[in-house]
Amino acid sequence: MTTTEAPHTPARADAPAPAPVRRARRLGPGRPIPFGWAIGPALLLAVWSIGSATGWIDPRNLSAPWDVVRTAGDLIADGRLQEHLWASARRALAGLALGVAAGLVLAVVSGLSRLGEGVIDGPVQIKRSIPSLALIPLLILWFGIGESMKIITITLGVLVPVYLHTHNGLRAIDSRYVELAETVRLGRAAFLRHVVLPGALPGFLLGLRFAVTAAWLSLVVVEQVNATSGIGYMMELARTYGQTDVIVVGLVVYGLLGLLSDGLVRLVQRRALTWRRTLAD
Amino acid sequence: MAPHPGGLTGTRRGPAVRAEGLVRTYAGRRVLDGLDLTLAPGEFAALVGRSGSGKSTLLRALAGIDHGIPASGALSAPHDVSVVFQDARLLPWRRVLDNVVLGLTGPDAAERGRTALAEVGLGGRERAWPTELSGGEQQRVALARSLVRDPELLLADEPFGALDALTRIRMHALLRRLWDRHQPAVLLVTHDVDEAIALADRVLVLEEGRIAADLPVTLPTPRTPGGHAYAQLRAKLLALLGVTDDPAGAPDAPATPGDPT
Repeated sequence: MTTTEAPHTPARADAPAPAPVRRARRLGPGRPIPFGWAIGPALLLAVWSIGSATGWIDPRNLSAPWDVVRTAGDLIADGRLQEHLWASARRALAGLALGVAAGLVLAVVSGLSRLGEGVIDGPVQIKRSIPSLALIPLLILWFGIGESMKIITITLGVLVPVYLHTHNGLRAIDSRYVELAETVRLGRAAFLRHVVLPGALPGFLLGLRFAVTAAWLSLVVVEQVNATSGIGYMMELARTYGQTDVIVVGLVVYGLLGLLSDGLVRLVQRRALTWRRTLAD
Repeated sequence: MAPHPGGLTGTRRGPAVRAEGLVRTYAGRRVLDGLDLTLAPGEFAALVGRSGSGKSTLLRALAGIDHGIPASGALSAPHDVSVVFQDARLLPWRRVLDNVVLGLTGPDAAERGRTALAEVGLGGRERAWPTELSGGEQQRVALARSLVRDPELLLADEPFGALDALTRIRMHALLRRLWDRHQPAVLLVTHDVDEAIALADRVLVLEEGRIAADLPVTLPTPRTPGGHAYAQLRAKLLALLGVTDDPAGAPDAPATPGDPT
């Protein structure tokens, strides 16, 4: 130590030892906690359980968690939950299928032709700024209060995100690929199949994720308008009788449906975009 | 061995490319200004010129992909034209074989694609994604995609410009070999005088929208730099392009077109 005469080490042998390095205060969030995501929900459940057990939460406002579980068991046992779930799922799927198909076709037409864009893009953008749910009064006047009104409302909610993201993805396709398609003399159909649709697929799948959420969202609302089946109807009925346990079961089912369908779309996304994953790896 | 339907050798009549008084105008500038050009079937020609001289414009005109550009003049080119771009331009969402046979129809399309891939030394990589290949391999796939169509005219727009020097040398040999076997007329756009001499049997110098010089290359192949004839041709081409070894000479002085032969 002392033999080195490095000018940048002012410390000598007889000088006091250097002070230990003071570590800087850590400013980032730190290391991840295992199962950290579960802390909030578990806390919420604990507060709910304790509140119900001590009588601090009135069961007329919110049933105890164990009551909710028992009610769910009863509803499943007598088949009512499945029946309502099926009715809801059928509506959501019908609206989703129609909306996705319409959004996709509109996006392709509007993306491939200037005339199509002029005709289609404006109305969709206008529709975009009007919440689907605000259209319900008009849709009831036009289509009544039956199934068609419900499915059309869901369709309209689904159509917009699918259109927007697919159109965006389509327009983002590199023009060099269009040039390539011309030099290998692809026809319109082959161009659509090999360049346009695969190129717009990432955008479409992103739109689909928003669309699935939109479908469940619209479902909640339309099922409280004069429905005679479905999870929303079940909850509406429970409200009349003050059955908060049934309402909570309905909420949980909606939540699970949303999570499940989003996971499903993400799975499809990962499968369909293998060529992109190789970039990330 | 390679599927090689007749028509390439038997049914050809007249020149592969004939352009007369070709004019293309971009943003008010006549990039091609009364250009005349004839390419014989199976001829390997290189097109050199300074940047902005209109090389790519001519190539795009021959490929028929210059939509909406004010154009005049007569131009005839074969129906079966293939283009190799500077970037390999493979569809990232299609596997290698599907990229090669893009737009091909018929039951034997896949088999022809496999043969073409084997020809460029990529047999066995049919199922790979383009992003899994190196730059040189991607450009070889692009070559296979062009050749599987048995073109009468192969247009190549600085196809090796983005490759490293070693890969480029290998690609030169490959292109020359493929040309030998398939005998398309080739127009190779390049800014590299050595590349032009190494590959082509005729070097065209483009200047201000016209062919300013048309030099035959009669050196025996394979052509390696060195030797008097090579150096002479190289110096002549560089002079035509406005590059001289004379330090006093202004490098940007306009080249004197001189006698084309």
